[in-house]
Amino acid sequence: MTAFLVLLVGPLCGALAAIALPGRAARAAAAATIAATLVAAVGLAGQVVAQGVLRLELGGWAPPLGIALEADGLAAVMLVMTALVMTAVGLTARHALAPDTAGARAAFGFWPLMLLLWAALNAVFLSRDLFNLYVGLELLSLAAIGLVALGGTAAAFAAAIRYMIFALVGSLLYLAGVILIYAAHGTLDMHLLSGLDPAASDGLALALMTGGLLAKTALFPFHVWLPPAHGSAPSPASAVLSALVPKASFVILLRLWLDAMPDRTGEAALTLLAMLGAAAVIWGSVRAIAQVRLKLIVAYSTVAQIGYLFVVFPLAGGAAGDLPSASGAWNGTSMLIVSHALAKSAMFLIAGQWMSVAGSDRLADLRGLALLMPMSAAAFAMAAVSLAGLPPSGGFTGKYLIMTAAFASGQWVWALVMAVGGLLAAVYLYRPLAVLFARTDAPDLAALSRARQVVPLILAGASIVLGIASAGLFEILPVGRPQAAEEVL
Amino acid sequence: MTDPTLYAVTGAALVGIGFYGLLSARHLLRRVIAFNVIGSGLFVFFGAAGARGETVDPVPQALIITGIVVALSASALAVGLIAAQARARARATLPDEDRGGDA
Amino acid sequence: MTAILPVLLLLTSLLPATITFFLDQDRFRLRNTLNLGGAIVKVGLIVMMLLAVAGGASYETSIPLAPGLVVLLQIDTLALMFVSLSAFLWLLTTVYAIAYFGRKREQSRFFGFFGLCVASTTGIALSGSLISFFIFFELLTLTTWPLVAHKQDRASLRAARIYLLYALPCSVVLLIAIVWLKGITGPILFTDPPDLSQVDPVTLRVIFAMFIIGVGMKAAIVPLHGWLPAAMAAPAPVSALLHAVAVVKAGAFGVIRLVYDVFGVERMTALGLGLPLAVLASVTILWGSIRALQQTEIKKRLAFSTVSQVSYIILGAALASPMGLIGGLAHLVHQGLMKITLFFCAGIYDERAGVRAIAGLNGLGPRMPWTSTCFSLAAIGMIGLPPLAGFVTKIYLGLGSLQAGAPWVLAVLAASTLLNAAYFLPMLYRLWFADPAPEVAGDEAAPALVAPAVIAAMGALGAGMLAASGVSPLGWATLIVEREVAP
Repeated sequence: MTAFLVLLVGPLCGALAAIALPGRAARAAAAATIAATLVAAVGLAGQVVAQGVLRLELGGWAPPLGIALEADGLAAVMLVMTALVMTAVGLTARHALAPDTAGARAAFGFWPLMLLLWAALNAVFLSRDLFNLYVGLELLSLAAIGLVALGGTAAAFAAAIRYMIFALVGSLLYLAGVILIYAAHGTLDMHLLSGLDPAASDGLALALMTGGLLAKTALFPFHVWLPPAHGSAPSPASAVLSALVPKASFVILLRLWLDAMPDRTGEAALTLLAMLGAAAVIWGSVRAIAQVRLKLIVAYSTVAQIGYLFVVFPLAGGAAGDLPSASGAWNGTSMLIVSHALAKSAMFLIAGQWMSVAGSDRLADLRGLALLMPMSAAAFAMAAVSLAGLPPSGGFTGKYLIMTAAFASGQWVWALVMAVGGLLAAVYLYRPLAVLFARTDAPDLAALSRARQVVPLILAGASIVLGIASAGLFEILPVGRPQAAEEVL
Repeated sequence: MTDPTLYAVTGAALVGIGFYGLLSARHLLRRVIAFNVIGSGLFVFFGAAGARGETVDPVPQALIITGIVVALSASALAVGLIAAQARARARATLPDEDRGGDA
Repeated sequence: MTAILPVLLLLTSLLPATITFFLDQDRFRLRNTLNLGGAIVKVGLIVMMLLAVAGGASYETSIPLAPGLVVLLQIDTLALMFVSLSAFLWLLTTVYAIAYFGRKREQSRFFGFFGLCVASTTGIALSGSLISFFIFFELLTLTTWPLVAHKQDRASLRAARIYLLYALPCSVVLLIAIVWLKGITGPILFTDPPDLSQVDPVTLRVIFAMFIIGVGMKAAIVPLHGWLPAAMAAPAPVSALLHAVAVVKAGAFGVIRLVYDVFGVERMTALGLGLPLAVLASVTILWGSIRALQQTEIKKRLAFSTVSQVSYIILGAALASPMGLIGGLAHLVHQGLMKITLFFCAGIYDERAGVRAIAGLNGLGPRMPWTSTCFSLAAIGMIGLPPLAGFVTKIYLGLGSLQAGAPWVLAVLAASTLLNAAYFLPMLYRLWFADPAPEVAGDEAAPALVAPAVIAAMGALGAGMLAASGVSPLGWATLIVEREVAP
């Protein structure tokens, strides 16, 4: 149970230390916290594999009165994914957000906010109590808004405020739903809820909570806040915001719709979610194609990639939930979550490094950078391969599993969405790659050291390797899932 | 009308007023206040929901207190951001909503 | 041991490639040793396996990627034929490329991706299931892009973009077809073809068409051939790779796998799919030749010639008669040997004499005798004159068409032969009989460039002269047909 404690309290204490201690010591405290939390996340995943689902009832009080924390396979995978991305971001931010390059404000603010965000993510992944999730989500949103505002420019403040309006409205909707659930059932524990008879107000409650979570996940048409927010934050912050933050609210949606209240959902609602997802894939990609700034391309790509995740609902919920193909959809979606996190964080970190070298992230200013920094160009290309769902990569494996599930359950339309989305992704990611690769008169810029280029390379490489060696992932993932993943060729 | 029902109706009315404010106001501070009105409405409603039985359910009270703390910190951050933006742009509205802004 | 062999075969290309990426540009000796070493080890492994497989052995490895996604590698006679071709030509091309690039920059990138390309091709050859095939097929697309764009100038980037513009949509079509068929029949293994008797024939026809679009793009079937002539902007070793070692061959190989190991001859005949495919191949053969005639640049003419020649292989597969298939399979190797010779020579003309246009070939024969002899031999082979390899292929295809009851194919073959002669003979005439242009100077003082061309040309010659023996490509093709198709 030490791992639970470190995961939840460690980053909080680290955040406080990073505020209280002077400059150098603050960064040392942050580094120590990152290391400890990483170890705890990996250790917890190991325990989950060895012992199955881990459950902690706080203060010894069982639900409905107490609050339960629970680490199942999905939670363990999310925790490790978060820890890996956070560690990589921390390593990069040591240089990218040093006081002399990024300014005192960002250098001071980044570490506590990042650690708070991490604590919130861990809390969301481990909680099974709807109100506890609300608190986690709020902490998550507040820290994320803070990170967006770090840039300190008028544009950054405007983006942060727009994000805040969506996040706060989302919180209120979610809270309203939680209250309706409590009023009807007298409990907020997901496990208990799944065993109760549906009440008349459950449909409205689920709709409210879903609406709130969609606003926070930035699913089309609630995505408008995302590109400016992710585009104007400092790059290490963008990496965290894009790779991890939408996943937290999505995981809650998954648990709500597929685990806690599967009998309150209808086929039409499941299909509607997937249709919004499909619209996000198309619209996000089309907008990404039109952008001329690298960070905005990558940010709109997040809008599109989030869309993929929502295809899971009609494939793993409702009538299709009882088919054997449901586990494929579930596995594929989890795979997409992880590979997108790795690839997207790599891309934002690289974009930041290129900005610091070329002075801007306009495509025209990045001409010929591949010759100057071949390592980060390779990393960008690898991340692009994974995002476009081309083999071999985690992105491909995830997409293939979902497409297979779609055809197997007779809902091939969703397979087409995945396929078309991949093509569109190839289009919007090809433009930066072609620009990078163009030969110019050697740009008179100083490259970053290889040691700094290697961090995103490892992240991007991991998103590729995930497609080849994912045995570990699929060993953890089924823990706590009733429909275990079966082996088929 | 029994007491809890009165509270519940009041809560619902507050939520409605708050949402109207959130959608209609351009000035960001007004929006923050609207957000707080909605929050208060929800809490009143929640409290009413917990008082329906013979004995008063303590859980909503605990949750409401937590919720108030959360809403307070969110409001604080919001006001801070709005102030920072107002210093940067000399306006307390969002850039694409300037027209008709009352800052 | 037997389970490791397919993986080892992959690693011989994969490992040197991976290490090469991290080498500094000026580590010429280490890089060359690595790549040549990998290529030699691979050829050695293959010779070993050729002996074992001829004796009846087979190898299989499965690598699970995810629940429901397994890469299956297996070595059968057909796989071995393709893999030996690509390994042997890889060795030659590596020698050639080392000489071609000399001390130029960006070699680590080139050889790294080159090795990855060959590894993907090996994977395509060894794939035992449709999804494994797709994974390597796509990997080939991706690793070829940096090679086509290698020069990084406007023309190369345009060629690379056109390549992806054709490749990616077609691969999406292929993936959908694979997933669709898998959804109906379960996993699709080449050794254990799915039972299609219960599937709706219209669905099957649509899936078949999608398959042909998906793999046919790499085989440059008209109208999906536009990328191949555009890609001649790439350096000569890349052209060799595209036209002979890997890409185009992978497409043709894919068609054979689909026809024989997924659908099966009987099902294809029952669905009436053989004739449309044969017509498509015939149209491609003629169209490629006609377009080749119109070209004035050596490499462009050769590129359109490939469009035409690769469809012989597909024609052989589409005829669905044993003789036709033998001809098609043998042409897989024959065309590779002849076309790589031609591209090696075209590269030498460019590098040593600065000649790219066909008109520039005037009188180069006596000045560059080795190169020009190889070029002439390969060209004569392409036309299909005895005793070269192309002749053997055309004989078998002709017999196969009679066997299949499609005598109209003979007319296609005859017309194509005439067209081949029409675009190759003028080049030979210019080489040997035209008066040399005074300002053009050419020499052959680069043995490492010329030797691979000579060896490849001798291979093409040998494949034709020794066709009757068991060790020739034709002999092996016969073995494949006897073992895999006939029973």
